Amino acid sequence: MIYRRFFGLPGFENRNPFSEIENMRRQVDRLYQGFLSPYTRPAAGVFPLINLMESKEDYTLRAELPGVSSEDLDIQATANTLSLSGERKIPEEKRGAKYHRREREPGRFSRVITLPGEINPDKVEAGLVNGVLTVVVPKVEASKPRHISVR
Amino acid sequence: MTDSKELKVKEKQEVATPAEQTLEGLVFTPEVDIFETETAITLLADIPGVTPDKLDIDLRDNVLTITGDVDRVDIAGEESLVLEYETGRYFRQFTLSEVIDQNKIDAHLSQGVLRLSLPKVEKATPRRIAINTA
Repeated sequence: MIYRRFFGLPGFENRNPFSEIENMRRQVDRLYQGFLSPYTRPAAGVFPLINLMESKEDYTLRAELPGVSSEDLDIQATANTLSLSGERKIPEEKRGAKYHRREREPGRFSRVITLPGEINPDKVEAGLVNGVLTVVVPKVEASKPRHISVR
Repeated sequence: MTDSKELKVKEKQEVATPAEQTLEGLVFTPEVDIFETETAITLLADIPGVTPDKLDIDLRDNVLTITGDVDRVDIAGEESLVLEYETGRYFRQFTLSEVIDQNKIDAHLSQGVLRLSLPKVEKATPRRIAINTA
């Protein structure tokens, strides 16, 4: 591999001997950018994308669900998981409509989010405002941080 | 429920706006549906998180501009565990080929979806032309 890269047939490889180094530099730059931004790539690959926040008292989950009505959304909670499922419906337009763009998609979705600590499933509160779902999940007493005084 | 397909994850598309931004932050392209009937053009855009007062729709010289801002939610004492999407401004521009009756434009925002109906002016609505045969 290395042999080919450095001593390979001329004309088949990049003419600029520094292009490989240039490439490496770019990759390292990208890596650093990734470290600096708080954004984490969606690893699960499941709709919808979520943002999960933690405070001392609770976890707050947010998801963008434009065009999903609260009747079509189902949220279930267990001791440490939260499941979101539902359907995004796009009503049929009247006949004779000619489309210029059609980027919005209807469909079903369901996702399970495992929370890092135990929660109180009875006190979960959810709100859907302007297409953004906010679910506030209170932690159980045992998983709340406790202040320990040093004597 | 049975015939509808599973929704796929789509990351928000970040865009570079033609003009430089004075406001710091990210700019995204909203997904839209645009359809035309004989009397009007209707545009549907997904802009979750935009409140009606932060939405700006502008039509001049046949260019339709939609700008919507989403407030950042920064609550003190919150620590992020997972951040899969980011919020910012939604921006998209369209050049309309039809002449629009500016006084009759109607915008409606519900559940994070903007529905904009742009009625065509009278003379632009197609008319059936009768062909006279001698």
